[in-house]
Amino acid sequence: MNPPNPLPSDQVMPDRSALIPLLQQVQAQFGYVPREALFDISRRLRVSPSEVFGVLTFYAQFRLKPMGRRSVKVCRGTACHVRGAPAIIEAVEGELGLQGAQDTTADGEFTVEKIACFGACSLAPVIVLEGNTIGNASPDRVRRIIRQMQEALNKEGSAAPGDSA
Amino acid sequence: MTHAYTALHAWADDQLTQRRSSGRARILVGLGTCGVAAGGQAVLEAVQKTIAEHMLEADVVQVGCIGMCFKEPLVDIILPGGPRLSYGPVGLSDVQDILVNVLLHNEHRHSRALAVIGDEPYDGLPAWKSLPFFAPQERTVLRNCGFIDPERLEEYVARDGYAGLARAVGEMTSAQVIEDVRRAGLRGRGGAGFPTAAKWEIAATHIARQRSNDAQAGESLKDYGYVICNADEGDPGAFMNRSVLEGDPHSVIEGMAIAGYAIGAGHGYIYCRAEYPLAIKRLKIALQQAREMHLLGTGILGSGFSFDISLKEGAGAFVCGEETALIASIEGRRGMPEPRPPYPAQAGLHGEPTIINNVETLNNVPVVIHRGAEWWASRGTEKSRGTKTFALTGKVQNTSLIEIGLGKTLREVIYDIGGGIVGGRRFKAAQTGGPSGGCLAEQHLDLPIDYDSLAGVGAIMGSGGLVVMDEGTCMVDIARFFLAFTQTESCGKCVPCRIGTKRMLEILQRIVAGHGEPADLVQLQELAESVRRSSLCGLGQTAPNPVLTTLKYFHHEYEAHILERRCPAAVCKALITYSIDPDRCEGCLVCLRACPGAAISGAKREVHVIDASLCTRCDTCRQVCKFDAVIVR
Repeated sequence: MNPPNPLPSDQVMPDRSALIPLLQQVQAQFGYVPREALFDISRRLRVSPSEVFGVLTFYAQFRLKPMGRRSVKVCRGTACHVRGAPAIIEAVEGELGLQGAQDTTADGEFTVEKIACFGACSLAPVIVLEGNTIGNASPDRVRRIIRQMQEALNKEGSAAPGDSA
Repeated sequence: MTHAYTALHAWADDQLTQRRSSGRARILVGLGTCGVAAGGQAVLEAVQKTIAEHMLEADVVQVGCIGMCFKEPLVDIILPGGPRLSYGPVGLSDVQDILVNVLLHNEHRHSRALAVIGDEPYDGLPAWKSLPFFAPQERTVLRNCGFIDPERLEEYVARDGYAGLARAVGEMTSAQVIEDVRRAGLRGRGGAGFPTAAKWEIAATHIARQRSNDAQAGESLKDYGYVICNADEGDPGAFMNRSVLEGDPHSVIEGMAIAGYAIGAGHGYIYCRAEYPLAIKRLKIALQQAREMHLLGTGILGSGFSFDISLKEGAGAFVCGEETALIASIEGRRGMPEPRPPYPAQAGLHGEPTIINNVETLNNVPVVIHRGAEWWASRGTEKSRGTKTFALTGKVQNTSLIEIGLGKTLREVIYDIGGGIVGGRRFKAAQTGGPSGGCLAEQHLDLPIDYDSLAGVGAIMGSGGLVVMDEGTCMVDIARFFLAFTQTESCGKCVPCRIGTKRMLEILQRIVAGHGEPADLVQLQELAESVRRSSLCGLGQTAPNPVLTTLKYFHHEYEAHILERRCPAAVCKALITYSIDPDRCEGCLVCLRACPGAAISGAKREVHVIDASLCTRCDTCRQVCKFDAVIVR
């Protein structure tokens, strides 16, 4: 049985090849693919939800959970690796208290993504904080920058007490 | 040359002459991804500010990458009617100094001055081709990168852009185009090195057959077949394709249109990594320009040939570099490879004959057609013709994007072009071809870089990643690093790759953690051989290469880890300890304060001591110590 189709029957359906671009649009808008969007896309394309889920989870770009408010991207490409990326990753995760496969801090502030390669190999090791590239990074420097960001956040938090959850 | 192209070229020349005769200088700021990462955007703003403040007669242009990543941010100044001078690395504090000196005081020398981008030296600045970095290079693929504004069609056309397409559609039959590519000896630049003309011929035959079948059956004729440009550059440590797409997007579009004409296809796709936002932006602009000038669309350059291109963004899967997986991804499915045959050239996208070529392969095609197969083939060796770009990275002095005639030795690349190893340390290995390639050792330094020599020692040409490693790199850790990558990227369809790489990775993790047994090496070798032989696609078949080559050329490092529980490069954490040399320690408290684990004790002007039970071996203390007092063993 096909799921009910909310669009008029005479409307031309985009073909299956629109699936990944649609998911990319949703992800660009929300930072992740919400459950409702998955079912909506499934209905519109007449592709079963399990197939949409299969495609979604196959590609590294898609997320099923919201992003943190601040983004930390750490390069783990080959050039960065031989110039000390593992220690950088450890410093970032350690400073933010992330464990195992966890990529977003419990308070939803930071998301850490490990990127295959930025292509800024001449600056290895590289991290990108909130869109700003930091080249020739060292664990010590990275820890200090993250600590500063956290301190700035704490100040904001205490300045706006009405905002508490 | 077609009449339409002559008119186009005249228009482009006219545009450029107008701009040049303005008597204004042009300032070129390198804003490829590497330039932006090095702070190019801020430099661009500083340049604009300086021009405004000092009312300089100059226009600012953003260009792609000329390849000197190690000198980014780069600023070039083209004097009115004069030469082009290159400066780098240009810091914010240098901008005003350089611009005012050059443009107002006619003083061209500066501590940041690099060269003249021209044939003759100028005012004490050397010609760029005489620099040790550029002298051994030969630029075909990168012919326009860093020279043209990639967002302006006229700059590409003025350098004979689209002349290859004009010649193909105006003067040649499809078969003649394929014949030229065959005579040139162009082999696929994506890694495997398959002859491009052979692939095109198969697709052309199948498309012709379909067309004649439909015509005989009285059916209306439609578009047949596809040309796909594989721009899903996924090797970590490789950015050759990105630089071409960012710096010279029209060259790829032209190559695709010629390929479409050669096989008789009417549509193309560029499958580009979503992680390359700048490349995607420039491709979109270029596609739009090409359509406006009838270089794409119906009746290209006044001929009867029609061809258009759509852009698809990859969603992040290394395996989509494999042809059948890439097709599955465009069709909206999981990117899992299919058994071949049928090859995509027989039945590919939507079941139609499809050719898939790498960015660099397609970028070469217009040169082959415009300048002729013989000219193109004059570079390189007998079996590996032409030039090849490499992303030269790792522990090398000049991290850069380079292009060489095939057949040069590794030594020439690393020492002449690359300037040797950082800090004068000792070369240990070079890794080509990314996760699918192999590690070459010191005895291979004089090996010519060509398809067959590399294959002969267990490595591959790959798409052009070339990572240099020194004595501070652990080869067991590198094997583990690459295998962890391919293991994660394995699509899971076939058992040898899905489970074989997992078991191999577990063994490597054991060895690195100091729990390796001699029998592990035998099992690792056996597993590697069977994964290589029995996997479905190229990803699995090549995944063992880093392991096999390190086992072969760096066996002693594996033995040190297993038999002596020692990591000779002092990288593997479980096998190293940190201590402080009492003779060198000045008691400055710097490491003590920096240590995130509070593992260092001591007082001011007293020798510090590391508590091994608290130490996480994060290496921070060694990096911050100014007296080289931290010993790692």
